[in-house]
Amino acid sequence: MTTRPIREKLKRFGFGPVSRRRTEWLVSLPTVVWLSLFVVVPTLLVFVVAFRPANPYGGIGRGWTLETLRGLAAPGLLTIAWRTLWMSLLTTVISLLLALPAGYTIARAPARWRNRLLLLVIIPFWTSFLVRVFAWKALLHPEGPVKRALAALGLVGPQATLLYHPAAVVLVMVYTFLPFTILPIYAAAEKFDFRLIEAARDLGASPFRAFRKVFLPGIRAGVVTAVLVVFVPSLGSYIIPDLVGGPSGEMIGNKIAQRVFTDRNLPLASALSAVLVLAVLAPLAAILALQRKGKKSGIVIGEAP
Amino acid sequence: MPEFLEFRGVAKRFGAIQAVDDVSLEIRKGEFFSLLGPSGCGKTTMLRLAAGFEQPDAGRVFLDGRDITGLPPDKRKVNTIFQSYALFPHMTVRDNIGFGPAIARRPKAEIRTEVDRMLELIRMADQADKKPGQLSGGQKQRVAVARALVNKPDVLLLDEPLAALDLKLRQKMLIELDLIHDQVGITFLYVTHDQAEAMSLSDRIAVMNGGRIEQVGAPAEIYESPRTSFVAAFIGDTNFLEGRVRSCLEADYCRLAIDGLPEVVSFNDKGLRPDQPIYLSVRPEKIHISHDRPEDKPKRNFVPGVVEDVIYLGSNTKYWVRAGGRRIQALRQHDRYFLDEKPIRWQDECWIWWHADDGFMLDHFRRDDEALLAAPPQRVGD
Repeated sequence: MTTRPIREKLKRFGFGPVSRRRTEWLVSLPTVVWLSLFVVVPTLLVFVVAFRPANPYGGIGRGWTLETLRGLAAPGLLTIAWRTLWMSLLTTVISLLLALPAGYTIARAPARWRNRLLLLVIIPFWTSFLVRVFAWKALLHPEGPVKRALAALGLVGPQATLLYHPAAVVLVMVYTFLPFTILPIYAAAEKFDFRLIEAARDLGASPFRAFRKVFLPGIRAGVVTAVLVVFVPSLGSYIIPDLVGGPSGEMIGNKIAQRVFTDRNLPLASALSAVLVLAVLAPLAAILALQRKGKKSGIVIGEAP
Repeated sequence: MPEFLEFRGVAKRFGAIQAVDDVSLEIRKGEFFSLLGPSGCGKTTMLRLAAGFEQPDAGRVFLDGRDITGLPPDKRKVNTIFQSYALFPHMTVRDNIGFGPAIARRPKAEIRTEVDRMLELIRMADQADKKPGQLSGGQKQRVAVARALVNKPDVLLLDEPLAALDLKLRQKMLIELDLIHDQVGITFLYVTHDQAEAMSLSDRIAVMNGGRIEQVGAPAEIYESPRTSFVAAFIGDTNFLEGRVRSCLEADYCRLAIDGLPEVVSFNDKGLRPDQPIYLSVRPEKIHISHDRPEDKPKRNFVPGVVEDVIYLGSNTKYWVRAGGRRIQALRQHDRYFLDEKPIRWQDECWIWWHADDGFMLDHFRRDDEALLAAPPQRVGD
């Protein structure tokens, strides 16, 4: 076992005989400390602040209150929460629909093409994210090339606006998250044994059914990763709806920012953030629970068989 | 019996490699037919052409009189057993076997009965709920067989199905495959590079080399009367003797002049004429060896020589004998090894002999094929 040398060392440094369990715990100690310090503690702080009153100077007041939580019931918020959810879901679905064929194609491409195609997927990362969102703003602008081309083709009216619309937000979100979706799917597809598809075809499956019944379950781990990698950051999107969304494309992230910068109400911002964190954690916890149960029953989600 | 699966002038090229080169082949219904050859000889490509994974550049493939050349794999009534088994790792044994019927949207109850019947056939009813990852190599292989057979294919294609198994298991599975073939009566097209597998299972064998078929015939025919130096050298081992016909006095027998050897008599079913060049193949186990000159008998060839190497192989011993400037290998079986009166040892003078009927004259000889033969051990100073 890899822990044995460490245990020997620990003994030498006077830690005395330690049980196997304890060495394992010690090995993971740095990670635990790191995560506690930079993830768990800040998140708990956000939760704590949500129960504090706001003070008039934009800071946090003394004492405890449930007033802020009542503020969450404000009529506009539910609409925005619902919009955030469906826009994130739509982004996830579209990204997956594009990433599945893309990942499949790259994995099946001849070796010398594979790296070039992967490079094309990664190239956008070389430019600042903000610059790329601004580029979309220029593209979708009423005087921009996309709008003009569509208008010239008669597909949209001269008065139509492409910007400041939920569709624009979803478009740019898909654009942003697509590489993150393609990469895990490619990584899973690259390890997939494509002879299984031949076997399925041999047993009478059409190309589509072979894809659905054999390829998709085979790259399940990649698909689950891709979903999490798109869905979770989509829920927390802030810059994209801020720049291309307009009032009708606002998401929870924008509301949180407004509470901080405009209203200077940190407790309300914290409460909103806490709700968002819970909304993200709930599906994750569900997946983990399913996985643990699946390991017993033989159904495993998000793990290579 | 009429042909069932037929390749007519089939060719397939991959880049610079001509994998299959104008091959015509007829496989009969119910037959256990093997494609035997070294790796890269085109045998797997032939199988993939039959399965529909590849399309031929030229030629047609027929199944039961129907041209299936353009059909995709899912539209052909053939099923494949892959070398890697290609079992679906996310499905249980039961679901793997039931995959074909489920795809064909057969009723659930019917699928269940069929799968149960298959599990019975491969004697794995108690393993039905396991995943392929929990099975041994031999079990996976049997599931692959069941998964293919449950579809009742016209032809079962087997791509080196035993290659991944160890020797003892391979021998066991060999017997099982043979039994299954007898039970289901489906035509088997079996691809292998292992001559022992092909010989023990097949009704007929096609020996392939360089994308072409060298010879088609029953196992005994292929072994006992190879037509080309490739077949003679690839299947079993042999000695090649190069010479010329001296005379054909007796009917069906010729006298041959072979450099460095006394006159050799050989069976002549090829209508050879005097002075024609010939290549004679004599299998090591047909060559006898002894210290004393054997009794003179008609049609018996004997040659004096010196033993250069003795290799004890357990069931027999191989002797490399230098005779007339060439090295000839002879095999000898032992009746009572420890009681053999005077063992033949290194550097002993000896006699080797064989019957005229045991030499076989080849139609085609290629110098390269000599590389396939066992080579005598090299000694320092040789």
